Amino acid sequence: MGWKRKSDDAEGEDGFGGDGDGHKRRRKAAAPAAPETKEKREILPSTIKNKERRSAVHAKLKQQKKLEKRKKLKERDAAEKRALELGEEPAPKKIPRTIENTRELDETVCRPDDEELFAGNDCDEFSSILKRERAPKILLTTCRFNSTRGPAFISELLEVIPNSQYFRRGTYDLKKIVEYANHKEFTSVVVVHTNRREPDALLIIGLPDGPTAHFKLSKLVLRKDIKNHGNPTSHEPELVLTNFTTRLGHRVGRLIQSLFPQEPNFRGRRVVTFHNQRDFIFFRHHRYIFDSKESKRTDSKDKKMKNDEGEKVPQEKVIARLQECGPRFTLKLVSLQHGTFDTKGGEYEWVHKPEMDTSRRRFFL
Amino acid sequence: MQHDEVIWQVIRHNHCSYMAKITAGIFCRNEYNVTGICNRSSCPLANSRYATICDHDGVFYLYMKSIERAHMPNKLWERLKLPKNYEKALEIIDKHLMYWPKFLVHKTKQRLTKMTQMRIRMRKLALKTREKIMTTPRKEKKREARREEKAEKAAVLEKSIEKELLERLRKGVYGDIYNYPVKEYEKVLEMDSLQAANEDEEEEPEIEYVEGYDELEEELEDDIEDFGGLAINRVHATSDNGEDEDGDEDEDGDAEADRKRGRKESSLALRNVEKGDAVSKPKKRAKVLVEVERENADERQAAVH
Repeated sequence: MGWKRKSDDAEGEDGFGGDGDGHKRRRKAAAPAAPETKEKREILPSTIKNKERRSAVHAKLKQQKKLEKRKKLKERDAAEKRALELGEEPAPKKIPRTIENTRELDETVCRPDDEELFAGNDCDEFSSILKRERAPKILLTTCRFNSTRGPAFISELLEVIPNSQYFRRGTYDLKKIVEYANHKEFTSVVVVHTNRREPDALLIIGLPDGPTAHFKLSKLVLRKDIKNHGNPTSHEPELVLTNFTTRLGHRVGRLIQSLFPQEPNFRGRRVVTFHNQRDFIFFRHHRYIFDSKESKRTDSKDKKMKNDEGEKVPQEKVIARLQECGPRFTLKLVSLQHGTFDTKGGEYEWVHKPEMDTSRRRFFL
Repeated sequence: MQHDEVIWQVIRHNHCSYMAKITAGIFCRNEYNVTGICNRSSCPLANSRYATICDHDGVFYLYMKSIERAHMPNKLWERLKLPKNYEKALEIIDKHLMYWPKFLVHKTKQRLTKMTQMRIRMRKLALKTREKIMTTPRKEKKREARREEKAEKAAVLEKSIEKELLERLRKGVYGDIYNYPVKEYEKVLEMDSLQAANEDEEEEPEIEYVEGYDELEEELEDDIEDFGGLAINRVHATSDNGEDEDGDEDEDGDAEADRKRGRKESSLALRNVEKGDAVSKPKKRAKVLVEVERENADERQAAVH
C-alpha cells in the first residue's frame, strides 16, 4: 500500500501521467514503466536495514540536495547580475527563513498599546528607581568558595555598574545579607556564584522585597583577554536593552534597568548592552563614537543622480564605531522568584524546566 | 561450640565480606564493629563477647553480645538505650560492662565520645544553610552550549548595537552634542529617495538647476528642508491641493524671491511629476504668480484658524 501511495504521489508531483484529470485509475495505469524507476529514486533511507547501504544512500541524497541548492544559488546570482546589467530592477530578494522568523507564537508578547502593561509597570518593584525617586545602589558579593577568575570579574563589574560596592562574603547567609542590605538602603544585591573555580551564576536580588532572578553565566571574557580593548571611564553609561519581547522578558529587562542610573551621561559615550537572542542575554560594554564616512556609490542607481556635469555625488553616511571595553558574558535566566531570596518558601514566577527545551522555536524572554 | 580462633583464622586468611582494604589500612564494614578496623580483637564475628554503640535517629543504643546466646542468632544482640546526657551514658556503660575486658570498655567509651561530638556537629550544621549541588545531565549542558553559539551568531551584536545608536542619534536623543547635521542628513536621504523614484521626465527642471546650481547648493539645503517637510506633509494631507504646502514654502522670506522662484519651479515641477501631471514652463510661471496671491490668502486663513 505504501508503495502504491508513493508512486501516486510521485506522479502527482511531476504531473507524470501528462493528463490533468485526477482519476486515480488512469494514473495508475498510465505509466507502467515509470513507477519502477521512480521507486528506485524515492527509496527512503530509513527503510533500508543494512547500515552501510543506508548510509551510502543517505550520503548520496545529501550530495544531490547540496548540488541542487548550489545550482539554484548560481541561477539566482546570474539572474540578478543580468538584471543589473540591463538596468532593470532585479527580482526582490527573498526573505530567508530564520528561527526568529519562525518563532512559535507567544501570547505574552508585549504590545505597544497595552494598558495593563503600563499599569503593571507603575506599581511594580522597580518603578521607584526607574522614575528616579531612588538612586540605584548595588551590593556586590560572591559565594563562599574561592574562584580563580572571580575577583577579576568582580572588579570589572564594579567598574561597569556605577555606584556599586563589594563586600566579602564570609559565611553569612544570603537572607542575612539581604537584611543587612535593606538596612543600609541598597537597591539591589548581586551575587556572583562560583562553580569549579569559575564564575558560574549571577543572582540579582531587588530590594526591599524585589524579585530574585537567577541567571546562568557563561562565556566570560575578561577585559585583558579582549584584543584592542578600551578603558571605561566613570561616566554614567547608556543602556541598550534589545529584544525583550514577552512580559517575562519585559520584567527581566526592567530588573536589569534598575541596576543602572537613569540619567546617562551622553558625553561619556559609554554604552552597556544587554541583547536578548533566543533566551540568551548577551552583555557587552563599549565606548562609541560617531563618524561620517564618505562613500562614493557606483551602482547604476547612481546614474540617475549624476549631474549633467557628469560628477558623482559623494554621499556622506554616519556610522558608529565601537571599542569594546569591559567584560563580555552571556546570561540565561534559570528562575525568577517573586520575593527576596528564599528557595524553600518562595513563590516562583518562572522556573526553567528541561521539558521547556523540547521545541526549537519556543522562547520565553 | 564457639571457637573464636577458628573463625578468625577462616575469616582473616580466606575471605571476609566485611573487610575493606584501602591504601590507608584494613577496615571492617560490619555495622557492629566498635573501632572500624579489621582486627582480631575488634572483629564482631570472631569475638563471642562484644559490645558496640549504635546510633538510630540521634539516640544511642548499647549493643552487647555474649557467648550464652551464641547459638541463637536471633537473640544474639542485647540492646540498651543510652540517655542523651554524656556523663550518664558513660556511667551506664561502666555499670553494664563492669567485668568485661578493658579493651572493649575503653573502645566503647571512645566510640560514644566520638558519636556525641558528631551529633552536636550535625545539629549545628542543620541550622545553617548549606548549598545543595544540583547536577545537570551532560546532554543538556552540551545542548545549551550549542544553542548559545548559534544564538550569538544570529545576534550580530556589533551591528545591532551600532544600529541602535544610530537610531538614537537620528531621533535626537543626544540633543546637540554631536553638531551633527541630522536634519541635513535626513534631507539628503529624502532627496535621494525622491530622485530615485523620479523618471527621466525630470530633465527639464534639472536644466534650470544647472545654471544656478553652485550658488544654490547651500540655500538648496535650507529649502530642501521645506521641500522634504512638504513631501512628508503631502503624504499626510488628504484633500488639500498644494495650497498649504505652497504657503509653507513661501513663508521663509520673500527677500530671496528670485532664487526661490527658480527653486520653487523645480520643486513644483518635481511635485507635479510625482502627482503625475504634465508640466510645461509657461504654466509653471503662471502658477508662481498665483501662488503669491494665494499665499496671502493662506496666511489670512492661517490667522483665522
